[in-house]
Amino acid sequence: MAQLHDSGLTGHQVSHTEHHDHPDMEEMRTFGFWIYLMTDVIIFGTLFAVYIVLQGNTNGGPGPKDLFQMGGIIASTFILLTSSYTSGLAVLAMHKGNKKALLGWLGATVVLGATFIIMEINEFTHLVHEGATIGTSAFLSAFFTLVGTHGLHVLLGLVWMIALMMQIAKRGITPVTKRKVNVISLFWHFLDVVWIFVFTIVYLMGVS
Amino acid sequence: MQHDMSTSHAHENHGSLKSYTIGFVFSILLTIIPIAVVMNGWLAGKASAIILMITAVLQLVLQLIFFMHLREEKKPRYNLLTLILGLIILLVIVIGSMWIMMYNMVAL
Repeated sequence: MAQLHDSGLTGHQVSHTEHHDHPDMEEMRTFGFWIYLMTDVIIFGTLFAVYIVLQGNTNGGPGPKDLFQMGGIIASTFILLTSSYTSGLAVLAMHKGNKKALLGWLGATVVLGATFIIMEINEFTHLVHEGATIGTSAFLSAFFTLVGTHGLHVLLGLVWMIALMMQIAKRGITPVTKRKVNVISLFWHFLDVVWIFVFTIVYLMGVS
Repeated sequence: MQHDMSTSHAHENHGSLKSYTIGFVFSILLTIIPIAVVMNGWLAGKASAIILMITAVLQLVLQLIFFMHLREEKKPRYNLLTLILGLIILLVIVIGSMWIMMYNMVAL
């Protein structure tokens, strides 16, 4: 660990070390979060593998072509993509020290993310009303587990982002809140990337 | 990265408005292409699947570079190393499952 810490400083020289340990601890925490993201990659990888293997097993029930309504899915894809961009703009505003813009862009990200979740809930209730529940077939079990896990991540991210906005409003832009914004924007970009693969493998390949 | 020396915590690699916007525009494009291919039925079967996977993977790379700033990481590149490890495990799980479950079927 010490090695990682030290080598992390090369290039920035001593002016850094005079400072208290703060910035480097925050850097370590961001890296810790990155490792968590990599474990999440494995979770989603497993769920994707299950979905790909089981997608043909519809048990005589409805398949992807019968169920998916692409209009809403395409709209929610662009919404999530845009929210990934706004969370990036939040990070930029933060580095400029603009607290108002930071809160504004985080707020925009929350609104877009909430829209995405509401559309997903609508889609799921529509499916259930059509008689396509998680117990209908192996295909639908795998579908709801994969898409639902992604949705839960987004929902958790929303709660987290709102809490972080409250903290920033209270404490301002400090090294700690800075790291937290960096970490949540990483999380948000990650969820966007996962959705791209859900969209491609589950929806586009499902209806093509 | 020279200018970083002057500021107190110099580690942030946060890109610029330009890099974010480039990333955003290209990811929109890379989303429209597969949608157009599928919705208009331009390609079928394998060709369509290949185009879809290529655009998705390109978009992953794009987001890693323009949004997550993976290229601006300073050495040693632990972020990149752990990412590669994660991707290897991912590919083993996904391709391994597909291989065993779909192409090695013994009985139905």
